[in-house]
Amino acid sequence: MSLDRQDVERIAHLARLAIDEADVPGYARNLSDILALVEQMNAVDTSAVEPLAHPMEASQRLRPDEVTETDQRELFQGIAPAVENGLYLVPKVIE
Amino acid sequence: MHRLTIAEVAGALRRREFSSEELTRALLARIRELDPELNAVITATEEEAMAQAAEADRRLASGEGGPLTGVPILHKDIFCTRGVRTSCGSRMLDNFIAPYDATVVEKLAAAGAVMLGKTNMDEFAMGSSNETSFYGPVKNPWDTDRVPGGSSGGSAAAVAARLAPAATGTDTGGSIRQPAALTGITGLKPTYGRVSRWGMIAFASSLDQGGPMTRTAEDAAIMLGAMAGFDPRDSTSIDRPVPDYTAALDQPLDGLRIGLPREYFGDGLDNDVAACIEGALEVYKRMGARVSEISLPNTHLAVPAYYVVAPAECSSNLSRYDGVRFGYRCQDPRDLEDLYKRSRGEGFGAEVKRRIMIGTYALSAGYYDAYYLKAQKIRRLIRDDFMRAFEEVDVIMGPTSPTVAFRLGEKTDDPVSMYLSDIYTIAVNLAGLPGMSIPAGFAHGLPVGLQIIGNLFDEARLLNVAHKFQQETDWHQQVPGGFE
Repeated sequence: MSLDRQDVERIAHLARLAIDEADVPGYARNLSDILALVEQMNAVDTSAVEPLAHPMEASQRLRPDEVTETDQRELFQGIAPAVENGLYLVPKVIE
Repeated sequence: MHRLTIAEVAGALRRREFSSEELTRALLARIRELDPELNAVITATEEEAMAQAAEADRRLASGEGGPLTGVPILHKDIFCTRGVRTSCGSRMLDNFIAPYDATVVEKLAAAGAVMLGKTNMDEFAMGSSNETSFYGPVKNPWDTDRVPGGSSGGSAAAVAARLAPAATGTDTGGSIRQPAALTGITGLKPTYGRVSRWGMIAFASSLDQGGPMTRTAEDAAIMLGAMAGFDPRDSTSIDRPVPDYTAALDQPLDGLRIGLPREYFGDGLDNDVAACIEGALEVYKRMGARVSEISLPNTHLAVPAYYVVAPAECSSNLSRYDGVRFGYRCQDPRDLEDLYKRSRGEGFGAEVKRRIMIGTYALSAGYYDAYYLKAQKIRRLIRDDFMRAFEEVDVIMGPTSPTVAFRLGEKTDDPVSMYLSDIYTIAVNLAGLPGMSIPAGFAHGLPVGLQIIGNLFDEARLLNVAHKFQQETDWHQQVPGGFE
């Protein structure tokens, strides 16, 4: 699969990444090379193979639904770019 | 003092030959003096280190403490350290002061280890040369025109240059083993789930695993013992007792069955690297091991499958960096979308963006089956190859890396050629197995690593096999010129 300029711009938008216009051709070339490498997988018939998500096929461990964390809002918001009255600030979303 | 191993430091501290404060002061001075040449350390934590050393000396004076009490180490800057910048090698986290300690950091501190600082790394652990770091590349102490490998390149260079006896690393596709090989040190990637990932900044969660980077297998055994163990805060941590990894180090290797995958000795392997590996196998044969050829037929599919699985998980994990709660935020965003896009566009470097985009593409509507599901099926084939092999052999050996350390800049314009430098290490992560790299000689004047791969949770055997080799050879004692 070879990606063109529009593909890169679409993917960058999906990933919410601003990409400089001038860098788009370089990304298109690199990403196409990587996909060519990845597509070597297609040489193998895997129709009878089950996918493997965890090397030991473990499933997610469950825990009792108990409160284990204490409130550390001030500590965590101390490293936030912009907060006010305990709230994270972002540009206005609703007019 | 700086040339001592963990085991030697522990003995000397106990005999009062020097104090932890004296050793810590000496190593901090060594970092100040020599690191400008290497760029291995992003943040030196001098005050915290001296306080931890003083506390360790108090414990030692009252006869308390274990084998790591008062031993100075470095942490890869991927492990969260409370009150200390944890950058992950990225502009995105250049201003990030972690609000808590990673489990690994907490456990090593509880064992009495002294943190000297945080080591340089490829940005978000994505790289094989340490050239993607926001803080600039790390230089290989054996030849400062060459890379130390990556992504744990700062940890590897620091240990090789005797700036610290040991450091932590993480390995998602070879990031402990490949830099260990390229700098002539010992590195161990444990079984997936053996060491807690809590507080270890996530790249690809089904593959990431922390481990020790040391100068000897004995030190790796001491350090792994302190790092490993069940952690309820990591949902994939395995609840299984931690053995005393030092107990079996000296077991004889008589009758050990070593498998050599023929796929690890084909095209692309440097002849002089191959010769070192053959030399190492002769040492094992003299110790009574039996060497046989095996096949891991799906080896060539490991790198392709990895470059779907790892980017897919990375694109999901790194979606948390949005410029809202912590980390980098762009100046004067027009609206929320502009805030997200520019914070991420400016905060991440090129390689991280490439991987996020590959992962986003592979997971996007209509492509999931062709890429992600296919890669997970290949992952099973690769895992099954290893499981079949371990019915016949105890350990698998081969080169860690197809070449010695390459030149800075040599592969930066060609991501695919960079990815192929992990061709022998990546399959081990896909299969969740433990793997080690130990020094096995020199080719072209640069260190060569022997990779030893074990069955699930067989770290004690790997360490035993590595330790016995280090009793017979002195490759691990070689020191790069200028760092004696």
